[in-house]
Amino acid sequence: MASLARLRTGIARARKIPFPRTLHTAADSTVLQDDASHSEPFAVKLHEESFKSYRTDAPTLDMTVTKDSLLKIYKEMAVIRRMEQSADALYKQKLIRGFCHLAIGQEAVSVGMVNSLTPDDNIISSYRTHPFAVLRGGSVVGLIGELLGRQCGISKGKGGSMHVFTESFQGGHGIVGAQVPLGAGLAFAAKYMEKPVATYAMYGDGASNQGQVFESYNMAKLWNLPCVFVCENNKYGMGTAAERSSSNTQYYTRGDLIPGIQCNGMDVLAVMKAVQHTKDWVVNGNGPILLEFVTYRYGGHSMSDPGTTYRTRDEVQRMRSTHDPIRGLQRYIEEWGLASEEDMKKLDKEAKADVDAAVEEAKASPFPEEDKMWTDIYVKGTEPPFMRGREREEIHVY
Amino acid sequence: MSTRVAFSRFAPAVTRAHRAPAFAARRAALVRGYASQSEHTLTVRDALNAALEEEMLRDEKVFVIGEEVARYNGAYKVTKGLMDKFGEKRVVDTPITEMGFAGLATGAAFAGLRPVCEFMTFNFAMQAIDQIVNSAAKTLYMSGGFLTCPIVFRGPNGAASGVAAQHSQDYAAWYGSIPGLKVVSPWSAEDCKGLLKAAIRDPNPVVFLENEMLYGVSFPMSQEAMSDDFVLPIGKCKIEREGSDVTIVAHSLMVARSLEAAEELAKEGVKAEVINLRSIRPLDIETIKNSVKKTNRLVVVEGGFPAFGVGSEICAQIVESEAFDYLDAPVERVTGADVPTPYAINLEAHAFPDAPVISKVAKRALYRTN
Repeated sequence: MASLARLRTGIARARKIPFPRTLHTAADSTVLQDDASHSEPFAVKLHEESFKSYRTDAPTLDMTVTKDSLLKIYKEMAVIRRMEQSADALYKQKLIRGFCHLAIGQEAVSVGMVNSLTPDDNIISSYRTHPFAVLRGGSVVGLIGELLGRQCGISKGKGGSMHVFTESFQGGHGIVGAQVPLGAGLAFAAKYMEKPVATYAMYGDGASNQGQVFESYNMAKLWNLPCVFVCENNKYGMGTAAERSSSNTQYYTRGDLIPGIQCNGMDVLAVMKAVQHTKDWVVNGNGPILLEFVTYRYGGHSMSDPGTTYRTRDEVQRMRSTHDPIRGLQRYIEEWGLASEEDMKKLDKEAKADVDAAVEEAKASPFPEEDKMWTDIYVKGTEPPFMRGREREEIHVY
Repeated sequence: MSTRVAFSRFAPAVTRAHRAPAFAARRAALVRGYASQSEHTLTVRDALNAALEEEMLRDEKVFVIGEEVARYNGAYKVTKGLMDKFGEKRVVDTPITEMGFAGLATGAAFAGLRPVCEFMTFNFAMQAIDQIVNSAAKTLYMSGGFLTCPIVFRGPNGAASGVAAQHSQDYAAWYGSIPGLKVVSPWSAEDCKGLLKAAIRDPNPVVFLENEMLYGVSFPMSQEAMSDDFVLPIGKCKIEREGSDVTIVAHSLMVARSLEAAEELAKEGVKAEVINLRSIRPLDIETIKNSVKKTNRLVVVEGGFPAFGVGSEICAQIVESEAFDYLDAPVERVTGADVPTPYAINLEAHAFPDAPVISKVAKRALYRTN
């Protein structure tokens, strides 16, 4: 055992490159095919190493985009980043309680996914999910309000950062890995009700080692469920590097008979392509597929983690300066002549103003009324006659 | 794995062999006792099966999922015949993967289906308890009322016969402590049919605790209980036997033991009132309080461990209420012993309440020593 451990460390050291050798993780390597039209869809080509595949063909590299969609996506990414930065500040002002996990650096994944899916598709994830709640029908006010524990919160101030839900985003779950069988269940229900929708059951590289993830893979393959298992690999599960937690860090290959795609999770266009591809795969009755996004979290695991003891500052700095998904998209937009640097700055300003206004609105929302403590334990009208408070005379009668 | 195979295959046979004489006599007594009121009798197993079938006919969204529920017809045959009637889409055999299928069923409930998730026994549900407690019970609250979870987790609970510690445990107190869950622990065939139907129709997650030793027991069924619309309210107990001297509260198998004890007590001139709890959560404390106000004495009987149990909770709630002033004796608890369930037949018998110990304690509550 000891010798094995030594051997492992040796291998890990030898493989020091933070990303698998062949997958490309630049945020700005997609190229324009002909001219970029301002009104019509135009063709672009993803970098040839944007994807790797296991037991299936990789998505093709050609895709069409429009100016409007790229600007919309840019604005969404800018809003999401600004929102997460505001959450960071509010946390530091002690206005946000408990746990708070930010997705700064991972915006291409959430925004890219949402822009390739319809509201009928399902997305379920764990606790780093503020962007999904906002992008799938929620609002920045509702999200920030929830973090602040206010009435306007998306979960009425009862869930907090980790527990946020919308009509087309099924949470927001706090127990690492538990959302994966729940996601398989959403896919099971879609198949049962014969709805042609895809379910994206998401987890991180850390959660990927939970037994119930493999239990879910097995049932999904056995029953041919329309489920995409998404490993959002940001390289660290809390402070444990993927190489130190997983005997196989090629997460897209871990489904045994289930095929898998690995995707550059820093290029929003590659994310969109991979999501279109996997959605087609599952709704066409091909059964489940794994999708690994190789991405990077700029901040610590949560607000209490500076994120510097288990990785170098240089590594973080290098990712921020050379692989940033928002700057990558900005470069496409500017180089393809779709908008000027000034136009982009204007979008940035709008995003900042939108988020700042939302933060103020959320702050103005009152704390929940005390009797709301007793609602939603059971479905309204089916509660017990009463519930007990802290002592025998504190009784809430329904 | 080997334990499991041995358990599911042989346990019912072993049970029958061990229990046959005592149980058959009790069963006959029960049926005879009610024979004049009804011509229908049904085993608990058939009552559960009827409830499942009726609810599956009533609502396409109801489906059964669990280990061996379809082709094997259920480890305890509760789901017998359902696959033939409804097909494998609605009666789903799972791999041995409790956490996985409990989570999958919960996710399906989030999406609007009404899963009935069978555990081969609740002992195996410990592998899945996070999904029951954290995912099923709490999501409605944490989502501010957004995501409902209409699911039933069901299966045999409590000590069986001769299966030792890992397969003999009562989880009523475990699930009973969780806000967001409803917990049902039925005794008779009527209880089982009416409450399982209610559980399936309930929009909240319901933990439905059956008892392996009752599956084969026949009970009388009223005309009303035979109907497709027979639903019992979750959260209400039933006074099985009226009396004025001492209140005995029990759930599941212990209702039968308490009724036997009441019969013995009657021979000595003691009129015991026996309350069948039916639901653990919500707990119908009002009915218990009213009975205590009448009898002034309370004995709580359960098959679970003594510490932090159903009996402890009822005792605490009575002490906290105005019924305390009506007590003429300390509340008594009769429970399983505070030991991992032993295998040997004599030790096992000594670990669970039986009629003699219940009558002894009831008499102690009455300050009678003979």
